[in-house]
Amino acid sequence: MEIENKNSGWNSNEMAQKVAMDIHDGAYVNLGIGIPELVAGFIPEGRDVIYHTENGLLGMGQAPEPGLEDPELINAGKKCVTAIPGACYFHHADSFTMIRGGHIDICVLGALQVSEEGDLANWSTGEEGAIPAVGGAMDLVAGVKTIFVITQHTTKTGESERSKKCSYPLTGKMW
Amino acid sequence: MICSFARTANSTVFPDLYRKGEIELELVPQGTLAERIRAGGAGIPAFYTPASVNTPLAAGKETREFNKQSYVLEYGIQADFSLVKCLAADRYGNLIYNKTARNFGPVMCTAAKTTIVQARKIVALGDIDPECVITPGIFVKRVVEVSNPAEESKLVAEKRRYPWK
Repeated sequence: MEIENKNSGWNSNEMAQKVAMDIHDGAYVNLGIGIPELVAGFIPEGRDVIYHTENGLLGMGQAPEPGLEDPELINAGKKCVTAIPGACYFHHADSFTMIRGGHIDICVLGALQVSEEGDLANWSTGEEGAIPAVGGAMDLVAGVKTIFVITQHTTKTGESERSKKCSYPLTGKMW
Repeated sequence: MICSFARTANSTVFPDLYRKGEIELELVPQGTLAERIRAGGAGIPAFYTPASVNTPLAAGKETREFNKQSYVLEYGIQADFSLVKCLAADRYGNLIYNKTARNFGPVMCTAAKTTIVQARKIVALGDIDPECVITPGIFVKRVVEVSNPAEESKLVAEKRRYPWK
């Protein structure tokens, strides 16, 4: 058998698949924007996983069929979603009670940088003049029981995203 | 502006003012913002949260250890006015919302001197089952019926920008 000479590592789907294997049956899971969203497509059959989106839905389903989108049924990334049978809606303070109160089992996030100790920077490059925006990332890393970070090991320009210390502003420190 | 995510598609007014230094931004983690509003509405002046500890957003803030973990002190906030959208309201101000558009609405109703609600429909007293009321009317001062409201997603798709033309 010929071994494929692959120096680019795993692609996004392969990374998402590895993470999906670690999500247990019955888990309440919050998926970040980007590659983490792909994780839902790779949960092994037979595992019942409930998805939380911090804008106020527990029991988030797949994207709707074209034509059935509802602009008032969206995820935290403003994409149209559906609600599964058994889903519920709630306001932001209740949503972050679930997050900060340790009720969500797993959160999968993207990263800009990760340090050797596991510190995460994923909300800002500290660029001058950019409008700063943080969203719910800091609450998620502070409150969810298990955080998985899914990211390429190098940036688009080939620099390592894993370093001794993060140079970008932190989202949270490993503790 | 006190906000967790001051960026949205096609927005121009805030970015322009911010870059000119004509508006101040207090950036707050989203859950901290929700809890600051909830606390403000509930008569709680301040609380400790683990979010933002060891990040630039906790710089200069009081921190304290509980059970060997650090927390940052955050203050409740209240507004003079809150503008909230809902699905249906009665004339007592009882509200129900629509799906994820519930959002910050219920907490924001509690945290302003004057809460003004835009309802898709104003219904008769008793039409909203008391078991299903999400915002009790005591938190609402004004209700305005707007049966066909503008939707952000449509405005964005049409590339509309403020000021509206």
